Amino acid sequence: MEKEQLGLVLAELFPAMEVVTSGEHVRVKAAPAEFHKLATTLRDDSRFQFDFLFNLYGVDREDKFSLIYNFESTKLGHIIDIETDLADHDNPVMDTVSDLWKTAEFQEREIYDLMGVKFSNHPDLRRLFLEDGWGFPLRKDYKDDINFIER
Amino acid sequence: MQEVEFSDILTAQEDGDYIVNIGPQHPSTHGVMRFVVSLKGEMLDYVVPHCGYIHRGIEKMCERMTYPQIIHLTDRMDYLSAHMNNEAVSILVEKALGVEVPERVKYIRTILSELQRIASHQLWWAAFGMDMGGLTCFFYGLRDREKILDIFEESFGSRLLHSFICPGGLMGDIHPNFQKRTKEFITYFRKKLPEYDQLLTGNIIFEQRTKGMGIMSKEDAISFGATGPTGRGSNFACDIRKKFPYSAYDKVDFKEILYTEGDSWARYKVRVDEMWESMKIIEQLIDNIPEGDYSTKMKPIIKLPEGEYSQRVETAKGDLGVFVVSKGEKYPYRMHFRTPNFSNLFVISQLCKGNKIADLIAISGSLDLVIPDIDR
Repeated sequence: MEKEQLGLVLAELFPAMEVVTSGEHVRVKAAPAEFHKLATTLRDDSRFQFDFLFNLYGVDREDKFSLIYNFESTKLGHIIDIETDLADHDNPVMDTVSDLWKTAEFQEREIYDLMGVKFSNHPDLRRLFLEDGWGFPLRKDYKDDINFIER
Repeated sequence: MQEVEFSDILTAQEDGDYIVNIGPQHPSTHGVMRFVVSLKGEMLDYVVPHCGYIHRGIEKMCERMTYPQIIHLTDRMDYLSAHMNNEAVSILVEKALGVEVPERVKYIRTILSELQRIASHQLWWAAFGMDMGGLTCFFYGLRDREKILDIFEESFGSRLLHSFICPGGLMGDIHPNFQKRTKEFITYFRKKLPEYDQLLTGNIIFEQRTKGMGIMSKEDAISFGATGPTGRGSNFACDIRKKFPYSAYDKVDFKEILYTEGDSWARYKVRVDEMWESMKIIEQLIDNIPEGDYSTKMKPIIKLPEGEYSQRVETAKGDLGVFVVSKGEKYPYRMHFRTPNFSNLFVISQLCKGNKIADLIAISGSLDLVIPDIDR
């Protein structure tokens, strides 16, 4: 589907969401509460068929966390970016999508490990790279007195 | 929410299961990677990969580095695809600034990427044969890879971590001998690549250890995000060079290699065939490199405009994505790398189920993992 058409169909299905089509890809701002429903629709609806979760990463925006999901449809060839904001900076929690895309299980573990965003209903939420009790280095307020040089 | 401890997983095993640790210093992991394997007799029940032994925090380091400095970090992710990693960040910066690089740069970048792809597949072929006991493979593979590294060394003075492609173009021009030596290499390797087939492809022991082993369906490949030759062995058309052409890939004619079987054999065949395709691409470009500058003039301090940018390139292992959140400063606010090996690794538990423990080595070899790319 073309970028503009994809944006129109999405805006019709989910009127509460903000759909931006001016960028390189269609970008949708979704609330965390309705994210899992949106993700299921994106995967299963025959007009979308986003079967490939290409990438998933988090951004610490100091007052909130943003999670950005990049989906691609291998059958229809279109791409969409979904952004959700987690307003609770101290204890960010998000619904997992590892039941829909298997790669999400590990990418979510990476985000939990490095950024401290927890994913509810995740089957195996352990740290991936670092030891237990390390802290979350990709947070902007992360301090490491031994290995970090301020300049 | 309860955090899951690793010991819980161990105690959750059924009685009579064996837990075996493979790695982190096992030679077949080609790096520092630990697999915790649960065994029922000789059969694998499941495999839990443990990463992080060489985690360097590249994404965090990027937040304190300028874009030209970041180029040098990307070499060290997937060191066998150094040119492609450099290219990904360079194209992203150029796209964000709206800089158009000269045609000469695009051609040279494409040739370098393809040379690098051949070198990477040669090393994989060498190590894959050695994993299964064919030591001659290792000598054959490294013998031919040496020729490519010599070309690289002559042009940019480095053999492994080049940092040659930079935002705006290239660090320097290619050596006057570059075209001649590359053409000599293609002539040489066209004769040598059939030897690879004679040594491994027709070998009955090798066929029995790869055919029908570690079968990955197309649905699994897509769901796990297994890209590159690993995904294309399962008929998942994921070649970024075809889907979203960058550099000079829209000017060359090449086939996307796809196999439908999805087993270790198919992944092996994809890589061997890709070496032929890479040679075809280089041959189309090497005589037609346009004259011109090797670089456009960039500002001394590169600042990306505020916004979010992404760029995908096809490395030797698969689909590399670079994501930047910029706040208009000379450092990125957040930089994320979607590395191909990270996604390719976690398929292994699915692939190994029901196979013998000896096949774990063959299956993980067929995925072509480079551990620093997973750990970053």
